[in-house]
Amino acid sequence: MTTLHRAAGERFTVELTLNGQRRSGEAEPRMLLCDFLRHELQAFGVHVGCEHGVCGACTVLVDGRAVRSCTQYAAQADGANIVTVEGLAEPGTLNEVQRAFAKHHALQCGFCTPGILCSVTHFLRDIPAPDEQQVRDMLSGHICRCTGYASIVAAVLEAATTISKGP
Amino acid sequence: MKPVAFDYYRPEAVSEAVALLSEKGDEAAVLAGGMTLGPMLNLRVVRPRAVIDISRIQTLKTISARSNIVVTGAGVVQSDALRSDVLAREVPLLAMALPWVGHFQTRNRGTLGGSVAHADPSAEIPLALVVCGGTVVLQSRRRERRVPAREFFLGALTTQRRPDEMVTALEWPRSAPDAGHAFTEVAQRHGDFAIAAASCSLRLGRTDRLEELSLGVGGVESRPVAIDVKSFLGHPAGEIAASLSEHAALSVTPMEDRSASADYRVALTRVLVERAVSDALEMARQLRGRLQ
Repeated sequence: MTTLHRAAGERFTVELTLNGQRRSGEAEPRMLLCDFLRHELQAFGVHVGCEHGVCGACTVLVDGRAVRSCTQYAAQADGANIVTVEGLAEPGTLNEVQRAFAKHHALQCGFCTPGILCSVTHFLRDIPAPDEQQVRDMLSGHICRCTGYASIVAAVLEAATTISKGP
Repeated sequence: MKPVAFDYYRPEAVSEAVALLSEKGDEAAVLAGGMTLGPMLNLRVVRPRAVIDISRIQTLKTISARSNIVVTGAGVVQSDALRSDVLAREVPLLAMALPWVGHFQTRNRGTLGGSVAHADPSAEIPLALVVCGGTVVLQSRRRERRVPAREFFLGALTTQRRPDEMVTALEWPRSAPDAGHAFTEVAQRHGDFAIAAASCSLRLGRTDRLEELSLGVGGVESRPVAIDVKSFLGHPAGEIAASLSEHAALSVTPMEDRSASADYRVALTRVLVERAVSDALEMARQLRGRLQ
């Protein structure tokens, strides 16, 4: 076994799967994953808010799990399978969660929405029939300054019902 | 903000990681989930020359039950620990503490060992380890040593870990089948660091007397503290929550910061200890009813 070493300031290639496609870009060790996704791979749906793991705007799915992309580094994601808001539905269409968000006005400015949608995707896979408390607990990892959260809670609960009924 | 430029190392085995640590010492920071180190790097609170990323060391990700203890590798992710049947059954106190740790999104990446190594005064996993009477396993290039959790935490962000050592595992004593446990805290928002937390484990004897008791508070002092409760052993459990709450409030030396005054922390200690003890008693009584 060998230790991978990247020197400070060294540029190197990071390869990963983004929304189902093999992609690669250049990074240096201190480059945040969110910056790599935006600046190298043009995944501008990844929003960067606080840059220290508090606001949740940058949440993406890494190997299926909703995680912050500002408190991990591009170098760590080499080989990972990443899904951002761009990959949650076919381009030009909305999935059940997104439709429920539109119906319930679960967004206004939309800055926090991509992160929340990624969280909800993982959350509903783990807990397909959540109660309101569980939804609120999951949402506590996101800051939304527009909605007051009530409409987001309603949208998530409705999406859970719609998805469990099936198409 | 962005971190200072650092050398990035990604070892695939503990031996490689500790070899690097023995070379770099305190110029290196060990990165696992990055849920506490990441923010500190980004805010430049820490400026290490080297970051050693241990998140791909597979041997650190196991949970294994031994005769009297359950060993969790330092790299076990908090949400995996929360889903573990072994931990739910054998270390219920940890299972109760974990939902209080950060948020769904941070538990999906943060590790058990990272929280312990970081040693935030109000972090939940260190408090649970102290109350359980658990042990921190440290590894350097030369040797492995095991430090009881009650001695490991020295103060805010300060532990017994030496610069050439890394936390490789935590050892959790298995809970007795009739033991009651509780964990509770107060934070500004759910998922924030606690202003104060309390946790309790106990067992009742046949005449409803306290046979075993462990009580601790987090966020009140600069490290998680176990309250000395020896004098309460053998006491009838009846009014014990109120007297323990008073005893704990008198024994802590609270810190003061922008989120709470010392007086408020004492008040929270009183309330949270009473809740934790009452909840643990209720669980012990229910279990006893079921086991009889």
